[in-house]
Amino acid sequence: MIITVASGKGGTGKTTVAVNLGLALAREGQLPVHIIDCDVEEPNAALFLHPTLKESEEVGQLIPEVNLDLCTFCGRCAEVCQYSAIAVVAQRVLVFPELCHGCGSCALNCPEGAISEKLDVMGVLEIGHAGPIAFAQGRMNVGEAMAVPIIRQLKRRAIPEDHDGRVIILDAPPGTSCPVVESMRGSDYVLMVTEPTPFGLHDLRLAVQVARNELGLPVGVVINREGIGDEGVDAYCEEEGIPILMRIPLDRRIAEAYSEGIPMVEVLPEYREAFLALYREIAQRVGMEVTP
Amino acid sequence: MKQLVILSGKGGTGKTSIAAALAHLASSEMRLVLADADVDAANLELVLAPTRVEEHPFEGGAVAEIDPDECLACGICEGVCRFDAIIPGEQSYQVDRLACEGCAACFYQCPKQAIRMVPQQAGEWYRSDTRFGPLFHAHLFAGQENSGKLVTMVKQQARLLALDTDADLLLVDGPPGIGCPVISASAGADMALLVAEPTISGVHDLERVLATTDHFGIPARVLINKTDINPARAGDIEAFCQERGIPIVGRIPYDTTVTEAMVNGQPITAYADGPATEALHLAWAHLREALRS
Repeated sequence: MIITVASGKGGTGKTTVAVNLGLALAREGQLPVHIIDCDVEEPNAALFLHPTLKESEEVGQLIPEVNLDLCTFCGRCAEVCQYSAIAVVAQRVLVFPELCHGCGSCALNCPEGAISEKLDVMGVLEIGHAGPIAFAQGRMNVGEAMAVPIIRQLKRRAIPEDHDGRVIILDAPPGTSCPVVESMRGSDYVLMVTEPTPFGLHDLRLAVQVARNELGLPVGVVINREGIGDEGVDAYCEEEGIPILMRIPLDRRIAEAYSEGIPMVEVLPEYREAFLALYREIAQRVGMEVTP
Repeated sequence: MKQLVILSGKGGTGKTSIAAALAHLASSEMRLVLADADVDAANLELVLAPTRVEEHPFEGGAVAEIDPDECLACGICEGVCRFDAIIPGEQSYQVDRLACEGCAACFYQCPKQAIRMVPQQAGEWYRSDTRFGPLFHAHLFAGQENSGKLVTMVKQQARLLALDTDADLLLVDGPPGIGCPVISASAGADMALLVAEPTISGVHDLERVLATTDHFGIPARVLINKTDINPARAGDIEAFCQERGIPIVGRIPYDTTVTEAMVNGQPITAYADGPATEALHLAWAHLREALRS
């Protein structure tokens, strides 16, 4: 089962929920647990899990490389490129890697076969384990613009083809645009972590639109820092028929543990049961056999 | 005219609350134009009570569409698509609109010309009036691409008006992360204000966003928010900034009236005279001086 932890608004507790859900499940030892950090711009799950990273792989996308001995400067490549990432100016061909989406259309359409492709490195995938948890993350290089190709390759690499009987937890980036869609795609369930404030609610609505309306995925909510704001999130969930699966109160001990990179289930073991209950609730809702 | 962008790397550190407070403080001293560059999750309007003056569609890219009557189900489109956006079928193939990046590779390869590229409206952008000055903001439709382009649009419009009206400051509330929307939000900025929280994640993300502003040659200032939730980590930020020669313009203590102000749709500085408001007054005084030079 693939569970994506998302939120819309940043800093609501996605990583906290992803990590503690994973730790609580792994401790039971009944199901193999994977945690994959898809927030490749600011990956933080490793700060809580201290994984041993065994493999590291440069990733990016393919950008065109033009063989000027074959090129006739006909301009077909520039014509078919939808991103203005390649331009033909007199007897030169200019490639703009930061605009390229790596679609390969220029190479396919070059009548002279003058375009080959080479890897433009945008970041790195790191794979390892944190105790019994299989861990993977992507890190985008500073100055790079596009997170989506890294997330796509991270998921291809880290999610086993046959993941029946495994629990795969994806920690998504904030927001509601393409990196979030790329993270959520193919999930069995999207768990939205929000805080009960007007900002939290506003962004929750948008994230629900992405997950439920656009991708057709089932959605449940975790309210974090309950007590900090107002009743808006509760009213919205009630109105939309979105289940609230867990409430984590505003608690200085949780905030302090977080600030030190300590998972809350280690400081407050009573939350283990709460995270297991959260898992059971999700498993039931997606029609999986409920263990543990 | 100076351009100040507020960033953080990590989400939820208080960028928007701080942007609203700075807008409130700056507006009593100078002419201001505001831009909300977090088009995924634009929240500045929730605390500035804007009145919408203009509304414009934002054209994103195009999306491929397969004519089922023409499609031979030959699978060539699926073979060339690198975005897993083609859904095979018995009689005809289909396009997963959310996965399609509009590259048109399938369009050019389809032997039956059964594919057309359909332009998409990806969002809207607005010009609004607020009591602190004009606000440019936008809404990217759920799951759309090109948030960087929409950010650029919002910024350009704000900048044009700021230049036209001889404004003193363009204040940009940026998105989280370090990728394309952040790069677009930062383009042309005279200074970046990095809002950091004293947590392990906050310190890690501050380093990444600072490396990003450095990469683009934008001078940075740091504002520590909720500084007392972990004094030791706040000390780490202080030491890191000192080592890197980045001035710290303020330290905002954790103050529950900040959330109260948000719930009441107000900038904290217009809502309560607590420790947060006091710290923001000082931070603004620092920034004003820093922007002057």
